[in-house]
Amino acid sequence: MELITVKDVWKTYRVGGEDLHVLKGVSMNVRRGELVALTGSSGGGKSTLMNTLGCLDRPTSGNYWLDNVDVSGLDPSARAVTRGRKIGFVFQNFSLLARTSALDNVLMPLTYATQRPTPADGRKRAVALLERVGLANRMDHYPSQLSGGQQQRVAIARALVNNPALLLADEPTGNLDSKTSVEILDMFKRLNAEEGLTVLLVTHDPAVAATAHRVIFMKDGLIESGAFAPELAGEST
Amino acid sequence: MTLFPPTFAVALHALRRNLVRSALTTLGIVIGVGAVIAMVEIGQGSKRAVAESIQSLGANNLLVMPGQASSGGVSFGGGSTPTLTPGDADAIVREVSSAVAVAPVVRARTQVIAGGKNWVPLYIYGTTSDFLSVRDWAVADGRAFAPAENNGMANVCLVGRTIARQLFGSASPLDQTLRVNNTPLRVIGVLVAKGANTFGADQDDIVLAPWQTIKFKVSGQSAQTANQSVAAAAGATGNSSTRFPSQQPSPYPLQTATEAADFPAPPLPTFVDQILVRIGDEADIPGATRQISVLLRERHRTRSNQPDDFNIRDTAELSSAAVATAQLMSGLLLAVSLISLVVGGVGIMNIMLVSVTERTKEIGLRMAVGARPKDILWQFLVEAIVLCLAGGAVGILCGWGGAWAVRTFLHWRTEPSIPAVIAAVGVSAFVGVAFGFYPAWKASRLDPIDALRYE
Repeated sequence: MELITVKDVWKTYRVGGEDLHVLKGVSMNVRRGELVALTGSSGGGKSTLMNTLGCLDRPTSGNYWLDNVDVSGLDPSARAVTRGRKIGFVFQNFSLLARTSALDNVLMPLTYATQRPTPADGRKRAVALLERVGLANRMDHYPSQLSGGQQQRVAIARALVNNPALLLADEPTGNLDSKTSVEILDMFKRLNAEEGLTVLLVTHDPAVAATAHRVIFMKDGLIESGAFAPELAGEST
Repeated sequence: MTLFPPTFAVALHALRRNLVRSALTTLGIVIGVGAVIAMVEIGQGSKRAVAESIQSLGANNLLVMPGQASSGGVSFGGGSTPTLTPGDADAIVREVSSAVAVAPVVRARTQVIAGGKNWVPLYIYGTTSDFLSVRDWAVADGRAFAPAENNGMANVCLVGRTIARQLFGSASPLDQTLRVNNTPLRVIGVLVAKGANTFGADQDDIVLAPWQTIKFKVSGQSAQTANQSVAAAAGATGNSSTRFPSQQPSPYPLQTATEAADFPAPPLPTFVDQILVRIGDEADIPGATRQISVLLRERHRTRSNQPDDFNIRDTAELSSAAVATAQLMSGLLLAVSLISLVVGGVGIMNIMLVSVTERTKEIGLRMAVGARPKDILWQFLVEAIVLCLAGGAVGILCGWGGAWAVRTFLHWRTEPSIPAVIAAVGVSAFVGVAFGFYPAWKASRLDPIDALRYE
């Protein structure tokens, strides 16, 4: 069943009195438990689509169902709540809070969660996640004391602390060397395989995109290929 | 922390992360509130000091004068009929709560002689030692009247500087004797120099003695008033026996000594020329005037359709000056306080705006992980308010410290002020909200995409 369903989404910016269509009627879907890469040349609308899928932005027209809820018309506050509950973000530049320990960084999203666990439970969950990403002995380190790969793993733990349905990774290996990139990509694969986490990798790197089960290729505001998940046996679209 | 929204903890955490900057930011409020507290405490002290100087001029004095007398349609002006008794003075101090000191006064004007010199003092007052408290006057050398001297006819007196200089020159007048109307009075004290009053009359040209001494020994053994105007009035309106002394025997012969002893005359009422009342607070003067008026009408058994047989005068000019000075100083303090707090608030707003800009990425990240605009608004607002309140608390301590230093090292007068503390806390919280709101609102309106991409 689909976690993400996008139907005829347009995104138009007004630049200098002229309409600039960045998304020109995109339709796509992502099933639960898929590992999908969203790729394409720069300026092709990749980032805009990712912002829309991440509920950071709303489409100008068209519909977007996340987890069977139409989120395309929500106001900023409701979108914030949706992001907190359903989406975990991993960014290219890690975006950790400076002078804040790895553990506190992972705990940060819980501050804004609608159903907050008790401090003890939240802490337990954060510790478990840091152990899961292999940073059990680095919990009290500040980001400045961690390597790039370690910082990105803290960011992954942070993205997972709210038990999101979707992990959105925006160029997660863009700032990492090739060896660490492989480690991080392996981690996404493992999370996807072992826990059935739906992962959407946004990347321009074909090598990174190759780790995914399916590659959605964008060009000029439209999806060229891989827009829909292959139909499963016994299920009709 | 369960009581507060979690953003509260985030705000505190953010402040702790930038401890030095937070401290510097709040310095404006610290100085502002500290200045307010110190200024108010010093100002209250100065205000009280100024008020007391004005009071020593007699701003809180009430003067009760006897009513007017008239004869044949001719009025003799205020104070020309004897109606006030020493009992009235005692009743005022007993019944009127705002009257802190009351002194009956008997006046005389005659020559004083000491050694080979003589002088006619401007004021010869028969009174009690309360006169000194009413007029806020201290004894420079010697002592005031003892209680026994107050109510007796002791031959003692206090003299002003001018009398001391005129009669005794550079010698100490203490324990010297001066004669007033042939009554010898021993000088037991010299008053502090007061100078001229607002009308140029030399206030130091004064002799004070117990009122019965003046009444019965100096002013002549008249049981009637010592007020000469009445006697003069009686003469002026033509008591024929004084103008045309009769040669015929008196129809009412004088009592012999035995007759006088056998039939003692009832004691005649004694009258005083005026009663001076000191009111504790200028603000109570109108109320005290009313109370004294009611009390004296009752004591004098004045019927409701009859006019007062006395007049109460206040030094309205002086007391209004005292009130105006107090208001002026309060206004001045308020203006200074407001300015310093506004300056402090602008400082906070400035740093909060810098902080919002500096933490744009952080705000974007927080929004991405689910922070609503409301959460961001609260976080920055709480930061500003906490900064202001902490600054306010430190400022209060600094203000107290400053006031203490001024009191200890400069020997200025200060007065602790609880309203100032409450106001400082309130105003610093208000400044926090007022100047923290704009930066916080700006932060909450950031677009998460732009904020995340902000470098």
